Amino acid sequence: MADITLTIDGKTCKAKPGQSIVDAAKENGIYIPVLCNYEGLKPAGTCRICTVRVGGRFMAACTTPVGEGMIVESGTPDIEDMRKAIVEMLFVEGNHMCPCCEKSGNCELQALGYRYQMLVPRFPYLWPASQVDASTPKIFLDKNRCVQCLRCVRGAVTPDGKHVFGLLNRGDRTAIAIDHALASKMTDEMAQKAMDSCPVGAILRKEVGYVVPIGMRKFDSKPIGSDIGQ
Amino acid sequence: MSKPVVATASLAGCFGCHMSVLDIDDRILQLIDLVEFNKSPVDDIKTFTKTCDIGIIEGGCCNSENVENLKEFRKHCKILISLGECAIMGGLPAMRNGIPVKECMEEAYYNCPTIDKNDPKIMPNDDELPMILDRVYPLHEIVKIDYYLPGCPPRADLIWEALVALITGKELSLPYEVLKFD
Repeated sequence: MADITLTIDGKTCKAKPGQSIVDAAKENGIYIPVLCNYEGLKPAGTCRICTVRVGGRFMAACTTPVGEGMIVESGTPDIEDMRKAIVEMLFVEGNHMCPCCEKSGNCELQALGYRYQMLVPRFPYLWPASQVDASTPKIFLDKNRCVQCLRCVRGAVTPDGKHVFGLLNRGDRTAIAIDHALASKMTDEMAQKAMDSCPVGAILRKEVGYVVPIGMRKFDSKPIGSDIGQ
Repeated sequence: MSKPVVATASLAGCFGCHMSVLDIDDRILQLIDLVEFNKSPVDDIKTFTKTCDIGIIEGGCCNSENVENLKEFRKHCKILISLGECAIMGGLPAMRNGIPVKECMEEAYYNCPTIDKNDPKIMPNDDELPMILDRVYPLHEIVKIDYYLPGCPPRADLIWEALVALITGKELSLPYEVLKFD
């Protein structure tokens, strides 16, 4: 099929039919921030960090496919401020103690906080009462830090198609839960994969930690998205 | 023109942010030229003797004394800065938020592993002790805060640049490496 032509922030971009706006932007050197979107997983559109404006309407760039002649606004001050507000909301909705989190420096939520120069969230902290589930042999599940991106729910699947993680409840009571029977059979490799798929420090491997020293972690000196552009 | 007057305090903090102030190294000599210190652990002045231009506070509020101190700072300082994660969001002390105070106190004074089971159970209740708050509060939930400098501790360069920008009226640049939450 023929390529699709669209413009993102005034730049003419070529994309393949069916491609998401996020992926098309990436291929054209434009970074649209994502949190719940993860390579290899079906987009879920849960976090809305990638919100763009198309034809005057806001939509999630990870779940919206490109269209011929589409005019996408992404890096405008109002959209960037909305994204910053989402980051701030995620910070106040959980208990994000960066100084004592093992994922600090490698955390995508924190990296977005850096990118948007979040000095203090504009919203009041909610201090939700959350628990740490340390009952499985290979991983900790710290619900204090979960942003409900569903990357683990979508990604951690056993070879026979069973999901290790799932969702409990609805609305503001939504929480990630773990299938203890399946999690007890997790290999180190699966545990590492689950940890890597978590953008924050909600899923951590047991018996390893703080492997990379401060200063050499993923986002210590390079802002998130700097490998893509802008 | 007289030098700007600076006051500092550590509330529910670990003094790490004050250590980071010292981490500006030899620029501390320039700082002495730039500002005059009033109430601060740096010079050990215990009470305000004049109105200050800049108040820098590390740590959140975990007890009634912290709140009194903070209000005192707001009263005497034209500009108030939240320095570090604890001041901005409660930090590590705020890990008790969400756990009832009774449970925390009983864990600390009755049930912790270092308490001898045969000892009488005593909860500290001297009148001199400040009352512990229901949770740890970030400073801006109690008084108006003008500026925020995150980090645990905030990088010395961030503190320095922010102070110089504030004193000289120059715009503050925030290089990527200095703005960190850990």
